Amino acid sequence: MAYSDKVIEHYQNPHNVGSFGSSKEVQARKDVGVGIVGAPECGDVMQLHIQVSDAGVIQDAKFKCFGCGSAIASSSLATEWIKGKTVDEALAIKNTEIVEELSLPPVKIHCSVLAEDSIRAAIEDWKKKNGHATAVDTHAVHAH
Amino acid sequence: MNKPRPLYLDNASTTRCDPRVVEVMLPYLTEAYGNSGSRNHAFGWEAEEAVEKAREQSAALIGANAKEIIFTSGATESNNLAIKGAANMYAKKPEGQTGRGHIITALHEHKAVLDPCKRLQKEGFDVTYLQPPADGVITVDMVAKEIRPDTILVSIMWANNEIGTINEIPAIGKLCHDKEIIFHSDGTQWVGKMPTDVERDNIDLLSWSGHKMYGPKGVGALYVRRRKPRVRLEAIFDGGGQERGMRSGTLNISGIAGFGKACELCQHEMQAEGERLLKFRNRLETELAKAIEVTQVNGNASKRVPNITNISFGFVEGESLLMGIKDIACSSGSACTSASLEPSYVLKSLGVGDELAHSSLRLSMSRWTTDKEIDYTIASITKAVLHLRKMSPLYDLFKEGVDISKIQWQTH
Repeated sequence: MAYSDKVIEHYQNPHNVGSFGSSKEVQARKDVGVGIVGAPECGDVMQLHIQVSDAGVIQDAKFKCFGCGSAIASSSLATEWIKGKTVDEALAIKNTEIVEELSLPPVKIHCSVLAEDSIRAAIEDWKKKNGHATAVDTHAVHAH
Repeated sequence: MNKPRPLYLDNASTTRCDPRVVEVMLPYLTEAYGNSGSRNHAFGWEAEEAVEKAREQSAALIGANAKEIIFTSGATESNNLAIKGAANMYAKKPEGQTGRGHIITALHEHKAVLDPCKRLQKEGFDVTYLQPPADGVITVDMVAKEIRPDTILVSIMWANNEIGTINEIPAIGKLCHDKEIIFHSDGTQWVGKMPTDVERDNIDLLSWSGHKMYGPKGVGALYVRRRKPRVRLEAIFDGGGQERGMRSGTLNISGIAGFGKACELCQHEMQAEGERLLKFRNRLETELAKAIEVTQVNGNASKRVPNITNISFGFVEGESLLMGIKDIACSSGSACTSASLEPSYVLKSLGVGDELAHSSLRLSMSRWTTDKEIDYTIASITKAVLHLRKMSPLYDLFKEGVDISKIQWQTH
């Protein structure tokens, strides 16, 4: 299958790879929202860390992704798009916009869905930590 | 085709046709275009001569008699003919009834064996699918345990196409002969690579394909034993009665001529070639394991054909890995491209975790693979895996000491 140039570019030079600390560290930080979606057995796991100001503006975002090139590109693009947006603006991002921007074929639409889910999960996490009202909890739960 | 081509390490999918094979084929596409069925003129005789020569060459490769070779369009057709043909011929009850007979095969067989078996299940046969052990090798004991009074056919591949593991074929064949059960083996990844003798190895039906052993695509063979026991098959194609009535249809003369030549070349070159490929395989496996932590060679360590290796690189998804080594043509056990999101059923059947199955690469070499290519492959894979691990949340968790299998993932 041929990838679009934009997917290849994100794969080779992914934007905002990284994290704001170990899973324990980010759990303790109130200004950081964490979203981990997907599952290893499905072949993709996306992890999104967002750093949010008190006013609800996403100041920085970092991602890590276990998945195909389209999944990596979708998460890389998501971090680009949400930076500087308020959490409400970020929640308005639709997976179809990611599909369009990266020219994803139908078999890769789930990658864009996962990116949208990771944004939601990270924001939910931030809201929960900061006592804001949240929608249904969607992010992965670590079993201890 | 002027663009730089990737280095080719996908020879378990198909091989380049040897130029010596192409040379033998060409005349049968141009001047010698006769139909081997034309018995009354020189064009037909010429074609028939080519087919009979190829039959001798094919038989010689597997220790058979030329009369026992049926030419087909490839191993898929050979497998279908062997399995459906034998099941229907030796059925205990007529069509339309249940309990028509029992067949034994294994879960990690090629789809060209599994799907004919599934169809036969719908048509009243019982099928047992053996669960392979972690090393992928089907032993004679596993087969022996499943044999029933109504078992009519056992079909076990010789070497597995994804992991290259070798099943206990001669012993399984002996067991089947003792129990008077027809024994079929899909030899697609074996014949031409490893010494084969249908007498010594107790084979009744053996499928193989031209394009996996430096011959052309679209031609294969089925060995059908004629003595002790004489195996009969119900044909799938009805028509002109070619190939002793077992495979009607005008013969693919140029393809068959090339197939014969490919068999002859393999017979002469397999030993030296096998030794060379084994060195390459060992280098790939040891050097990659040295350069990259958490790698796993899938399948039995020693009972494997020399040209195939299947390696999982933990925490890295296979398709993205292929993207990182796009100048190397090879396969991945990840099925990220398919809608099902299911990784390789072969690796899954061995109990390889889904995540490691998604992380696997199959590298398969040929008679043209060079030392330099192996060096390049090791360097490229190492670079790509390290690039992807920098992005991998699973690798971070591993480094933090978190057991990934204990996390309750949000599946979708």
